Amino acid sequence: MKTLPALAIENLSFSYGGKKALDQLNFSINAGECTVLLGPNGAGKSTLFSLITHLYDSHEGRIQLCGFDIKQQTRLALSKLGVVFQQTTLDMDLSVLQNLYYHTALHGLSRQQANVRIQQELERLNMYERRFEKIRQLNGGHRRRVEIARALLHKPSVLLLDEPTVGLDVPSRLAIVEYVHQLAEEEKLAVLWASHLIDEIYPEDHLIVLHKGQIKAKGTVNDVLDASQSTQIKDAFYSLTQGEQA
Amino acid sequence: MNLMHYWRAMWGIIGRELWRFVTQRERFISALVRPLVWLFVFAAGFRAALGLAITPPYETYILYEVYITPGLIGMIQLFNGMQSSLSMVYDREMGSMRILMVCPLPRWFLLLSKLLAGTGVSILQVYVFLGIAWFYDIHAPWQGYLWILPALVLSGLMLGALGLLLSSFIKQLENFAGVMNFVIFPMFFMSTALYPLWKMKESSAFLSQLAQYNPFSQAVEMIRFALYGQFNQQACLYTLVAFVVFMAAAIVGYNPSKGMMVKKGGG
Repeated sequence: MKTLPALAIENLSFSYGGKKALDQLNFSINAGECTVLLGPNGAGKSTLFSLITHLYDSHEGRIQLCGFDIKQQTRLALSKLGVVFQQTTLDMDLSVLQNLYYHTALHGLSRQQANVRIQQELERLNMYERRFEKIRQLNGGHRRRVEIARALLHKPSVLLLDEPTVGLDVPSRLAIVEYVHQLAEEEKLAVLWASHLIDEIYPEDHLIVLHKGQIKAKGTVNDVLDASQSTQIKDAFYSLTQGEQA
Repeated sequence: MNLMHYWRAMWGIIGRELWRFVTQRERFISALVRPLVWLFVFAAGFRAALGLAITPPYETYILYEVYITPGLIGMIQLFNGMQSSLSMVYDREMGSMRILMVCPLPRWFLLLSKLLAGTGVSILQVYVFLGIAWFYDIHAPWQGYLWILPALVLSGLMLGALGLLLSSFIKQLENFAGVMNFVIFPMFFMSTALYPLWKMKESSAFLSQLAQYNPFSQAVEMIRFALYGQFNQQACLYTLVAFVVFMAAAIVGYNPSKGMMVKKGGG
């Protein structure tokens, strides 16, 4: 029996007024796969994330999460989704616990369920001891950990991360990259990770290179290297995006 | 999706808003200082300049301070509604609005919960204001303090929905100054909050007509009557209709395919 992809994008296009931001995107991500979305600034990564999270609606194409259409079955589709946005979306004046309780309430978890899930996710990230601290007191890396824990509280099947390591120091960055790859493997999560940073790509990852709203290459790391006739991801990226910076 | 999910989400949103309000002491104090300055300074200064006839719901001659108290209650709710909309623009710029919008509940429900939360905060402020006003010898019948509650809920929802609608149009925080100049001040000054309609008519029939059709005037009159244990049906209906219209427009404004979110672009 063929299993449905966790995230499926079909013929997706989107325009701001007359300006095309995304043009006929097609790709899918299966459970347990970590897919890195590479693209220079303005490639359309954030627009794509806004469409998958239903902040915008596209008139062309289709987005499905675990088989649920984001336009027709919005709530079922969104219940499968965990998101870490590029900007911090935590309430600085509330504690870690209060921020997480807010999220569990939005997803309909009871206080008892919330307590169990919060403890599980924070312990995995070594943040449980700091649950009473205000977000303002945490450093950037720890805030990101809290956001990842929050995105997982309702046990989503798909995890979207929009450049989650921007502005972090190297050890924090590496720890988060490692943790997310571990999650994909152990929890069978489908991960879509938008990134600027080529060293965040693992050899077993899938890649999508997005440039000016179009997919220039997709597949495993080797597929992308072959498509661009390069030996290194960095060179492949430059040749596919005509030398633009990530 | 069961009803418990809606219930928990609504209380999650209201609880967060109330908690934020009580922990932000400066916001609490500034929300109270504004109407109190008007009451203690402006009203005292104008007491001699303005003579007030006996008009319903009042049954005797009243001091100007007594007249403007319901107007200042309206002011608290008007500023609170706009403050909520300001915080939504801020939340959108900062991204935390996205957390709310990607949760698996209908958008209208999320916006309504947000509105209820803001209204709850404004009602807290109003009761503290009324408590201070009581010590300043502004007394209403005790039943009035109960009757005013449903009126405050409706007026708070109407003014909050207006703020919500505005927030769907405003892209950046900087544009919010325009809201102050073009919405809050005209709404407040062109209303019955500070002077009765008949007094305004004496100087300009046109202005008094504008004030009559201003939803803020109707909300203030509804509060004024409720504070004296009376029900102003016309004001109540007008406020209710204004709430429905503003809310419907705000829901369209936040609709991902039809609203301003798309036209504004970004990302």
